[in-house]
Amino acid sequence: MNVRSKDKIARFAFLLAAMVTILILVLIIFYVLFNGLRVVTFEFLTSPIKEMGKEGGIFPTIISSIYLALLSIIIATPLAVGTAVFLTEYTRENVATKIIRFGANCLAGIPSIIFGLFGFVFFVIYLRFGWSILSGSLTLACMILPTIIRTSEEAIKSVSYTYKEVTYALGGTKLQGIYKIVLPKALPGILTGIILGMGRAIEETAVLIFTAGLSIHIPTSVFSSGRSMAVHFYTLAREGISIEKAFGTAAVLVISILIINSISYFIMYRFMRKYT
Amino acid sequence: MKYYLEKIIEKIIMLIAFSAISILIIITFFIFKEGCPFLFKNGILNFILSPAWDPSTKEFGIFTMILGSLWVTVGALIFGVPLGISCAIYLAEFADKTIRGVLKPMIELLAGIPSVVYGFIGVMILAPIIRTYLGGPGFSILAAAIILGIMILPTVISISMDSIMALPRTYKEGSIALGATRWQTVKMVLLPAARSGILAGVILGMGRAIGETMAVIMITGNAIKIPFTPLDSVRTMTSNIALEMGYAIGDHRAALFATAVMLFVFIMILNTMVIFVVKRKN
Repeated sequence: MNVRSKDKIARFAFLLAAMVTILILVLIIFYVLFNGLRVVTFEFLTSPIKEMGKEGGIFPTIISSIYLALLSIIIATPLAVGTAVFLTEYTRENVATKIIRFGANCLAGIPSIIFGLFGFVFFVIYLRFGWSILSGSLTLACMILPTIIRTSEEAIKSVSYTYKEVTYALGGTKLQGIYKIVLPKALPGILTGIILGMGRAIEETAVLIFTAGLSIHIPTSVFSSGRSMAVHFYTLAREGISIEKAFGTAAVLVISILIINSISYFIMYRFMRKYT
Repeated sequence: MKYYLEKIIEKIIMLIAFSAISILIIITFFIFKEGCPFLFKNGILNFILSPAWDPSTKEFGIFTMILGSLWVTVGALIFGVPLGISCAIYLAEFADKTIRGVLKPMIELLAGIPSVVYGFIGVMILAPIIRTYLGGPGFSILAAAIILGIMILPTVISISMDSIMALPRTYKEGSIALGATRWQTVKMVLLPAARSGILAGVILGMGRAIGETMAVIMITGNAIKIPFTPLDSVRTMTSNIALEMGYAIGDHRAALFATAVMLFVFIMILNTMVIFVVKRKN
């Protein structure tokens, strides 16, 4: 076989691999939406869970998921952005930054089941928060911290140095430069990280089973238990309570993830176009 | 006054910067605190090498689960890595900018689909197909390997793609100028040069596969026995923790935390390997 036909075959094989990957994605989404969208009605979205999920809707789980996602990003964002500011603005590469990066990288690699166990012994039992939205959100915050650190750091780094020079030239301090110039300029990039973190909070199951509990009621405070959409879906599918309702919940989950990813991609796209 | 305020805020930011590493230390401390006394009391080797797990008779050995995790992870790599790297090469080298702009977010979307949904797809589609055409219970290593192979695709693809695209343009231009075809350039220049980045992607994908819990619980069947063929049902370390934690007390609970300690140590070894592999490149 000559060189040219080998080249053609290789190109075709790579194209095929890419097509197969996209096909898998499309099939998964199509399968879930095709079977699930029939179930998703306004009533399904707004009624309480009845008979452990066999009847009724998923309203409480939507509320729990929103609470968990919002609270976890409220906790994680200041920590992550602070870390990113320190890494980019206040220090050069040294032992401290190596330790900080090592921490963030390792945290990113820890499986969610270990976060779940940790949240269970630390927040639920040791700090006595019980199975609650608070325990769940704190554990999720630990988990999404590295994601937000990484995107924020990239975003802050991409802000041109001349902006800072102008601030200093006008007599501004370093801190003023950061919160008046650098952070606003880096905001779209930081937002992308936050939204991706939210996505992870919404899809997470293993962490929340151990920390937020399985209550089917709408959580009334941060100390009450609440099951998220993903946990509810898992219970429905695993215990075979109702495959129909499981498909409905899966469709809602997948649509939420689609929306979240589109928003983050849209913000990122505009940010990139502005700066590169 | 303003100067002092500035200094105070600077110190606060510095403290915040150590939050990630502090969380890592607290996690390590609490997992080890719960799991290590059991390990030292019963012996680590005994725990790892005994195939018997029966909480009712106080037999705690995770050998079958370690094998289960290994089978499933290796299977996931067999399905996910060749497909992922090929896809990354296509996106980095052959796709034009518009196609890449469309495909990349779609692949990132693959990472966003909840793992429970992957598990559900395995249960509804894959397990019945395997049961009908290949035999066995359907809920098997093979089903888990295919699903996990898909789940690690985004990790493998994005990291491999980034490391191929980060190579200096001159590498490629030099090779093309010497008369090499695109495939020869990929095979002889780009892949060897991006080797460490691709390896890092594979190791991270491996970490993801070994740590995955919910999808694996749903599709492996969770039988506690030594697996011999890919059609056998297995239980992994992660699914054992998630399945039994809800009602475990005393030694049983400690044994589950000890399983988590083992998993944690393994993941940390993989993480350190990634750092080492990436550092050697620089």
